Amino acid sequence: MVTTFEEKERVNQAVRSNSQLQNDLILEVNNLEIFYGEKRAVNGISIDIEKNSVTALIGPSGCGKSTFLRSINRMNDLIPGARAEGEIIYENLNILSEQIDVVALRKEIGMVFQKPNPFPKSIYENITHALKFAGIKKKSELDEMVEESLKKAALWEEVKDRLHKSALSLSGGQQQRLCIARTIAMKPTVMLLDEPSSALDPISNAKVEDLIVDLKKEYSIIIVTHNMQQASRISDKTAFFLSGDIIEYDYTEKIFTNPSVKKTEEYISGRFG
Amino acid sequence: MNSKTADRIATGVFITIAIIIISILVGLFYYILVNGLKHISLEFLTTPSSNVRAGGGIRDQLFNSFYILFITMLIALPLGIGGGIYMAEYAKPGKITDMVRSCIEVLASLPSIVIGMFGLLMFVNLTGWGYTILGGALALTVFNLPVIVRVSEDAIRAVPRELKEGSLALGITKWHTIKTVLLPSAFPSILTGAILAAGRVFGEAAALLFTAGLSTPRLDYANWNPFSPQSPLNIFRPAETLAVHIWSVNTQGLIPDVEEVSNGSAAVLVLSVLVFNLLARWIGSMIHKKATASK
Repeated sequence: MVTTFEEKERVNQAVRSNSQLQNDLILEVNNLEIFYGEKRAVNGISIDIEKNSVTALIGPSGCGKSTFLRSINRMNDLIPGARAEGEIIYENLNILSEQIDVVALRKEIGMVFQKPNPFPKSIYENITHALKFAGIKKKSELDEMVEESLKKAALWEEVKDRLHKSALSLSGGQQQRLCIARTIAMKPTVMLLDEPSSALDPISNAKVEDLIVDLKKEYSIIIVTHNMQQASRISDKTAFFLSGDIIEYDYTEKIFTNPSVKKTEEYISGRFG
Repeated sequence: MNSKTADRIATGVFITIAIIIISILVGLFYYILVNGLKHISLEFLTTPSSNVRAGGGIRDQLFNSFYILFITMLIALPLGIGGGIYMAEYAKPGKITDMVRSCIEVLASLPSIVIGMFGLLMFVNLTGWGYTILGGALALTVFNLPVIVRVSEDAIRAVPRELKEGSLALGITKWHTIKTVLLPSAFPSILTGAILAAGRVFGEAAALLFTAGLSTPRLDYANWNPFSPQSPLNIFRPAETLAVHIWSVNTQGLIPDVEEVSNGSAAVLVLSVLVFNLLARWIGSMIHKKATASK
């Protein structure tokens, strides 16, 4: 249930982010601050993420966009000294709360990393690794889920004859799609992509981009990217980060054609960063 | 001197060092094998040793060496790998962890004779067991634990962070990630450490003199009851290992064929370590290939 107060807050934020409330929201970030020890990496940002859309986070290195992304599924917990204040609301719960079951959260909010990181196991086991842990033991069910997730990741045709070969025998682009497939297999609602194609060649990159556009039918996607063309090609909304603040957040088309802040324009046109 | 000359000199120095190391190794092997191989026969390996007469073998000593190695590894590997996991994944950086690490390093550098004396106090006198295989194995565990902890810790730390994060990001718990991602990836390095430790155990004499003893009861290899004093499997019996046997026949042996026995034993010891090494590596690479699906 959404209370009137929250409803109002939501509208407020939608106005703040200079957009109309079209889609439902999947995440509401309120005044989020992230610290590494004494150093503040994110300075109280607020942003609403829409359901079934692709949201791109852009900005120069060290601007806090990856830090923000990693806080959404609590990967920053692994970094000694990192802490977050404020709220990230997901299904009426504050993700940052101590009471959150981080393991359960990460099943719903999956993440794909910059460098393809398949496990040194077979292609099949890369996908069943987490499924088995989640309690699925039946071979027929596992087989089905492996096929389904590989098809969704547009990798099935390329690997169906060698499912039991090492995942490390795949090319970088295939490895990254395998990492996306194993995340899909967990049936998350949100997928966080941290520069997923920066380590790939242009052809693999194009495949991954097509895949992302395809995936937003079912998932809400947040992607960090340094590639301006990529952000403009695949995202619906774009947030521009600078030194731990969100400078501008709007529809991608507007950001790239007619940004309202001068800094945004300067960054997009490559004058700094 | 220009940098090209310096480079050439450095290359020369390192090649010389490599040649020195290799020639020492080859010389040692050659000496041991040439002197020892001629004394090795099936009879030598399968007859019990003799205290006074010539013609004794090393049957029991050979068995004891392998058995103590096995028992030691049974105790030391779970403890050592567990300690390595703790140090790599659970210990919070700070004073206490630093202290634990210093203790491990000090333990690793203790002379084995000191550990033997410690074992005499702890596992022989305090427990009232007398000289036993278990006492020997525990002393050797003390001796090898630091190495295994250190090697396991380093091996686990060397697993790329991305792999660990990839597993955690899929909603998998820390322990399951350690079990199914970190340990299999660290396996080859841990195995290398275990083999090095096993070599040390196999060749160790000083730590066993006062813990496993210098004698072996008359063993009956048909007796598999681990509680019978005549059973080779009994862990509460004294056991002289091959390395201890070499030391004891040379220092206090009454047999006329001291030289033959000790040369033959030395050759068997060296060959055993070699075979053990190759076997462990071969089995290890089989397991690793199966786990990682690589050919």
